Amino acid sequence: MELLYAASVGILVSCGVFLILRSRTFPVVLGLTMLSYAVNLFLFSSGRLSLNSAVVLGHSSEYADPLPQAFVLTAIVIGFAMTAFVVILAIRGRADLGNDHVNGQVPENKVKR
Amino acid sequence: MIQHLTSLPVLLPMLAGILLLMPPCGKNQSLRRFVSVTLSVVTFLISIVLLLKVQADGTQVYAIGDWSAPFGIVLVADPLSTLLTSLTALLGIVCVLYASAGDDAKGSFFHPLVHFLIFGVNGAFLTGDAFNLFVFFEVLLIASYALLMHGGDKKNTRAALQYVIMNLVGSAVFLIALGVLYGVLGTLNMADMAQKVGLLQGDDVYLAKIGGLLLLVVFALKGALLPLHLWLPNTYATAIPIVAALFAIMTKVGVYSMMRVYTLIFGDDAGELAHMAQDWLWWLALATIVMGAVGVLASQDLRKLIANLVIVSVGTLVALVTVQTVEASSAAIYYLVHSTLVTAALFILADLIGRQRGKVADRITVGTPVSQPKLLGTCFIIAAVAVIGMPPLSGFIGKVWLLKSTVNYEYSFIFWPLYLLASLAVLFAVSKAGSTVFWHHQTKFEGKVTDNRSPERIQQERVQPAELAALLILIVSAPLMSIFAGPLSEYAIDAATQLHDFNNNINIILSGDQ
Repeated sequence: MELLYAASVGILVSCGVFLILRSRTFPVVLGLTMLSYAVNLFLFSSGRLSLNSAVVLGHSSEYADPLPQAFVLTAIVIGFAMTAFVVILAIRGRADLGNDHVNGQVPENKVKR
Repeated sequence: MIQHLTSLPVLLPMLAGILLLMPPCGKNQSLRRFVSVTLSVVTFLISIVLLLKVQADGTQVYAIGDWSAPFGIVLVADPLSTLLTSLTALLGIVCVLYASAGDDAKGSFFHPLVHFLIFGVNGAFLTGDAFNLFVFFEVLLIASYALLMHGGDKKNTRAALQYVIMNLVGSAVFLIALGVLYGVLGTLNMADMAQKVGLLQGDDVYLAKIGGLLLLVVFALKGALLPLHLWLPNTYATAIPIVAALFAIMTKVGVYSMMRVYTLIFGDDAGELAHMAQDWLWWLALATIVMGAVGVLASQDLRKLIANLVIVSVGTLVALVTVQTVEASSAAIYYLVHSTLVTAALFILADLIGRQRGKVADRITVGTPVSQPKLLGTCFIIAAVAVIGMPPLSGFIGKVWLLKSTVNYEYSFIFWPLYLLASLAVLFAVSKAGSTVFWHHQTKFEGKVTDNRSPERIQQERVQPAELAALLILIVSAPLMSIFAGPLSEYAIDAATQLHDFNNNINIILSGDQ
């Protein structure tokens, strides 16, 4: 389970980083979203992975650390708000600048083609 | 009431922001301005009351919801954090007062956003919990995103988009760092972390080091340290100047977090990890000073120039934080207050000068003269003397103090010439900018100044009373900080001593209510 979990976090981060480095806003926003998924999974695992253990005391013999779950919840809420904001900003950038490049201008070699 | 005093500098701006969104204030502009200014003054007074209480009774710890220290979130009001919340609140007053003269009408929700920004900044200064620090960072960031877009144009959208993306990546790195540190230490209360970091063994040491250095990346991004400073000049120069003046405190939040994390958590008592960031920070800080000075020399307009001055001041502050002695930290505290106020004053001046010069705006070229040369010129020269660090104003005291405090540091032979050369560059650039803007006028015929603006327009562009008041608060602070340098430096030394007093900090915070 640990290997699978770590691999999925790793793949999400690498996809996210790759997409963030693109020059158009849409892939960048997708990359940010992927990165925040990876971060949420990673935070969740910081309380150690365990099976069949409740976060409430007294409901099972073993219990999981509830604090990382609270962190994840906070991070999800904040990440959601931030993603909504960046999407709106990207749309406004598309309208204001006339293109969807992060730099605000289309690279020259692309115009020629 | 009095036991909740510590939480008020955080709660009050939040309530003010909400109140300003409500119907009576949301509809009526003059009422909104009045309420906004009043509430920012109240926030300032509360911060001062808290500061005096901390001075009288020592550090105040407030457990939110009465959940005591390592389990719940605590707010810690010590001399350093209360000084900075008071500074933030003062800057808030200046900002809403200045914007009330007309800048707030360029977009919606200016006043609530300023209060939300103060809420975030004050929270970041007061919190004693690393995850809570992240939350307050996000609060101040989302307010700053919206303020950056206030009254903006095309260039502004581009700068804002880049700023938002940079900071979202920064937030992701912040969370990963917190996850690593929590996984290793099992706590995110800063005092508790500091205690546990020294007890780590084996591989955990390296994991904690990774976490700590990832935090460094985040704080370097917020504070605009060298490789991550590229967002700052564009962002600050495209925001409307009064917002940029308020943002002067935001880079300081990054520096303050560095101060806390690398003095308290990874300080003298961190065992193998003691002073782990020092080597990185020192050289990056020096490089930041150089880059900032080059940027100052290369700037084409006043706002870019001031934005680059912010970078120089961040480099200086981080260098002082890295030295990690009481003297250096106290010099850093004095310099931090000074540079925040002076930078804000310069941004406001750039706005006024740009408005009165017509088409040339604040570009450093020959152009139409300003219509109130005496007022603006006097204010500019005071602010310029302070920011360059010439006697007798606050910049000089800060400069002498910071040079003196680094004299025994092993690399001071590099820092001294580098910092003095950077000051020389700043002196050159600022005096060139000032003389070009105020003395070099466009002439049609030999010796005759052209001014084809209508009298009504000139009247419109004159400095409004509210703007003048805001400007004077900041300008007067420079001479006041040198007249009252004695008590202020004593306060700074006291704050720095408490910052470095490891055992005392931990005892106070972890034992709950004093």
